[in-house]
Amino acid sequence: MKLPPPGQAAPAAPVSTRSMVLWCPDWPITAALREHLLPAEHPVALIEKGEVFACSPAAREQGVKRGLRLREAQARCTSLTVLPYEPAQDARSFEPVLAAVEKIMPGVQLIRPGLCALHAKGPARYYGSENHAAAVLLKALAAIGLTAARVGVADSPFAAEHAARSTEFLDEPESDSVWIIPPGESPAFLSSFPLEVLEEPALAVILRRLGIRTLGDFAALTRADVRNRFGAEGALAHLKASGLDHHSVVERKPPAELDVVVHCEPPLARIDELTFTLRLSAEKFVDRLREAGLVCTVLSVRLQSESGEESVRSWRHPRWFDADDVLDRVRWQLQGSGNVEHGLRAGISRVQLAPETVEDLSDHADGLWGTGPDENIHHGLARVQSMLGHGAVLTAMVAGGRMLTDRRVFIPWGDPPSEAAAKSRDLPWPGQLPGPAPATVFDQPRPVQVLDCAGGSVDVDERGLLTGVPTVLVTEPPRQSAIASWAGPWPIVERWWDSKGRALNRFQVVDDSGRAWLLLLEDHHWWAEASYD
Amino acid sequence: MPVLAGILPGGGLQAGAAYSVTNSTTLAMALLAGPSGAGAWCSVIGMPTFSVEAAAGFGIALDKLVLVPHPGDQWLTVTAAMVDVVSIVLTCVPQHVAPADASRLMARLRQRGAALVTMGRWPHSEATLSVTGSNWQGLGSGTGHLRSRRMRITAHASTGRSRTADLWLPDLQHGPWSTSLSNSVPAVHGGTEQQEFFSRSAS
Repeated sequence: MKLPPPGQAAPAAPVSTRSMVLWCPDWPITAALREHLLPAEHPVALIEKGEVFACSPAAREQGVKRGLRLREAQARCTSLTVLPYEPAQDARSFEPVLAAVEKIMPGVQLIRPGLCALHAKGPARYYGSENHAAAVLLKALAAIGLTAARVGVADSPFAAEHAARSTEFLDEPESDSVWIIPPGESPAFLSSFPLEVLEEPALAVILRRLGIRTLGDFAALTRADVRNRFGAEGALAHLKASGLDHHSVVERKPPAELDVVVHCEPPLARIDELTFTLRLSAEKFVDRLREAGLVCTVLSVRLQSESGEESVRSWRHPRWFDADDVLDRVRWQLQGSGNVEHGLRAGISRVQLAPETVEDLSDHADGLWGTGPDENIHHGLARVQSMLGHGAVLTAMVAGGRMLTDRRVFIPWGDPPSEAAAKSRDLPWPGQLPGPAPATVFDQPRPVQVLDCAGGSVDVDERGLLTGVPTVLVTEPPRQSAIASWAGPWPIVERWWDSKGRALNRFQVVDDSGRAWLLLLEDHHWWAEASYD
Repeated sequence: MPVLAGILPGGGLQAGAAYSVTNSTTLAMALLAGPSGAGAWCSVIGMPTFSVEAAAGFGIALDKLVLVPHPGDQWLTVTAAMVDVVSIVLTCVPQHVAPADASRLMARLRQRGAALVTMGRWPHSEATLSVTGSNWQGLGSGTGHLRSRRMRITAHASTGRSRTADLWLPDLQHGPWSTSLSNSVPAVHGGTEQQEFFSRSAS
């Protein structure tokens, strides 16, 4: 077997791909300014782990720089606006930029928020020259309010990126924000750069010990030697330094538009009218997802009324949404917002359905021999929910608490279980009820009377002692029974520091028919909290 | 539930049948506990006072328990829809149910193989269970707390036959207090065929 010579075993053929790279300097700051609608000259710092991650030019002028501690940055610039750094926000605000670029030049690759690459060949041919194409690109970005963008064109994305970054060092960076490296001159352009731009710190240290200080020195080595000495990673770095990037521009496919927006003209004031209008759109929403091979498990519904009110809510689904489920959620959201049934305060003018979480359809496909045993439970319960409302079908959890009504937590079917409830169950609750739990817990405590042998109401004095022996229990409907045995008072004090706190006494009472009651004495009034029936 | 199985016609809850419980939610929970512990889905309709904590104490699986506390005027539709999907439906019957509606629900029940347990009378029930005696232990005059309960349960079958059994509550319930009780009273808590407090009778 004949082995190929080592020099030819490079991972990809070293061909030059003429690339155009668009760079927006200080993107995290630009994104934060745009997100929070702040003026560009406002001093802003983004903080990560207590240190400045990025700062705006205005802040930089006052001495704020990256790596500074928050307090020091605030001392240097007193008018500094401090915001937490959110990588998601960067990506989110770069999306409109990508969309604007895609409108005029298809095939964008997002390298990271603030930096994207394009094939230069197509735009250069269409717009006449690379220079023209770059100018068009900058003009399109200026139209969406981005004036600081820079463009570099070179033989590889790596060289083009550094060309774009180098525009800052041109004589007039404000007016001249494009740097075009003519074909074949990329290695010469890169040769003066230090090794750090390769972002391979371990490699840079070794090379520096070998007396290699610039990319030009590194590129002067032969490829075969670099590969033998530094392995695949070294070979890739060598390709980059030679202006021949190992990867070309990978075109981004614009994500499918899955949101559905319905404008109601004239605005609809009745829920049934609205759901009727929405039916087709809901089906379109579900069909579009299905065509993309997806199902929606978390749906976001945004309703806007003609008077400017807006209601946004995320709805979860135990399985995935079909068109009826979507309509149900819209209806529940309208009914739940405190409007009179079937009549809204103001007509709804715009409805937006957006999938918040999508999952692959194949993960949710029905099995060949029907589906799991719980599938029809979901269907049946969803039917009842669509009859009665989202909050009418419940599952329950036992939570922690002193009062029995606090100890049960109801969760609408399809919502995730409450973690706070599960956590509170394990806490100690002084004053909670000992012994078996009563089978009937009244939503609202029912008024009762407890009388002593003289016929007066039994009470607890301020020292916590009973004023009489409980002898007779009067429950509603007026029914007197003798008390056979009893225990109490068990004091319960909840949040004594708070005006909403309660102080009450609890009693267990068994009447002569053998029925047991849990009674509360609060403010000289007796209530039945629960019954052991 | 071996004690209840002994007095129910057919030796337990039958698929497609209805049972009535007249005066005790605890008894209804005891009926649900066995199937729910075995993995059946249960549903409680129209009982806003149903205590889930007590149900969990009986061994009813809360993650397979569906509650519809306020079905409103759609009781029949909701119950019929639940009968389609769950194995046991516990429901509080509204004041007036038309006989035709009741028959239709029963037909649905038989078709789906679910069991219905109603609080209050139901015209087509196989058996009507009620608590005819109840005795609490652990509570004195101003001392102690409720610990355990003996219940005498009478089942009137639709055939006219009635049977009685005694239920010792800590047998059904799980909790730290029940183990302490079984330690302190070992003679009483001795297996499923426990000591009879009332003489068991079958008529």
